[in-house]
Amino acid sequence: MARAAVLGRLTWQVAEALEVVPETPRVKTILLDVPGWPGHLPGQHVDLRLTAEDGYQAQRSYSIASAPGTDVLELTVERIDDGEVSPYLTDELRPGDRFEIRGPVGGYFVWEPSRGGPLLLVAGGSGVVPLMAMLRHLDGAGEDVPATLLFSSRGWEDVIYRDELERLDGGSARVVHTLTRSQPDGWTGYSRRVDPEMLAEVGPATDERPHVYVCGPTPFVETVASALVELGHEPSQIRTERFGPTGG
Amino acid sequence: MGRELTPIVSRGFRGRRRDEGPPDRVPPGQYVTDDFPVLSAGPTPHVPLDEWDFALVGELDEARRWSWEEFRALPTEEVTVDIHCVTKWSKLDTVWEGVLVDAILDGVQTEAEYAVAFCDGGYTANLPLEDLTGGKAWVAYAYDGEPLDPEHGGPVRLLVPHLYFWKSAKWVRGLQLTTVDEPGFWESNGYHLYGDPWREQRYWGD
Repeated sequence: MARAAVLGRLTWQVAEALEVVPETPRVKTILLDVPGWPGHLPGQHVDLRLTAEDGYQAQRSYSIASAPGTDVLELTVERIDDGEVSPYLTDELRPGDRFEIRGPVGGYFVWEPSRGGPLLLVAGGSGVVPLMAMLRHLDGAGEDVPATLLFSSRGWEDVIYRDELERLDGGSARVVHTLTRSQPDGWTGYSRRVDPEMLAEVGPATDERPHVYVCGPTPFVETVASALVELGHEPSQIRTERFGPTGG
Repeated sequence: MGRELTPIVSRGFRGRRRDEGPPDRVPPGQYVTDDFPVLSAGPTPHVPLDEWDFALVGELDEARRWSWEEFRALPTEEVTVDIHCVTKWSKLDTVWEGVLVDAILDGVQTEAEYAVAFCDGGYTANLPLEDLTGGKAWVAYAYDGEPLDPEHGGPVRLLVPHLYFWKSAKWVRGLQLTTVDEPGFWESNGYHLYGDPWREQRYWGD
């Protein structure tokens, strides 16, 4: 395959943690130095491999949070309580620690400026991570593409990238939150699970033929994707990425 | 490369290992789960059974087509197999009911050496024909004694357990027999053309 030959083999590369930044009580962003990183597209992920002293290894996949072209590669990891890899990354990892990654992986759940817009991004919890790479890319590249993020979180303190999203809102993107379990005093935004009515209100309308990206836990993605089809969005315009409880 | 032979140790990582599973059944880089995670590229399609059919097309003497009733009248078997997803989970002893692909290809004259499974929603997956024959692959309509859920590929999905699970195409509507190996959906998006979990053929070039 010609494309495989161009891309070459995905080899394991050493990644060194530069910083571990808390995003929410359960989520941290890991800033990585990866010498020779080949670059990536917004929406792609990496395979991450940990090795114990006796040689035991565990691999998982994590979405890339950083925009293409930045020096530091960022992964955002949600702690899965009974997980094997995510508790290490969120609780144990310190600057200077090293592990291996391989990537970037995935050629479908990606957005490039050539795809155009408008963009509708729908995130549930840590499903926002690959969508954030798209928003950061839009913002950094100054792309004139209308983008909307509809972001479902449990509560205000669970909103990943909250301050950055506040900054982006009204600038390069429109950000709409829904808080499904608890809301701060005076909250005037949505406070329920994403449903067809909410999607219709938030837009863009189906006749604008938005490119839609949906990422979150499986039930969230099933519900949102079905609702979008019900509203009249073409299934082929809807790209999904799902993760289950074993994502840890 | 040397660094692949001597992976670096991650300080303080011990691993939980509760789910390591029997080494002869869990391919490299996989872990065992009891869940059944879902991975799809788009919305879950829903096709009424009275509009559903299964087709055999491409390089063969005459295209064939089965309605739902005709498909369900084919001989079936129950199989217990291990499945391995490229996203790293493996699930052991999964129980399926389905029609052997051999039964679907029974009596077919073809020069084809490959097949493309085509599906509702536009998904495709390519496989060598010899991986679909010889009692190694099924068109499955039930999982764990129940009709297959739409989100897991119902009404039927391909079941090719010796390859990574994306080859077990969900919502499959037929097989196109081909003389060349034409990359399917994931195979055009960075994933391996063949996908043998025991050789860890996850991505292009693996």
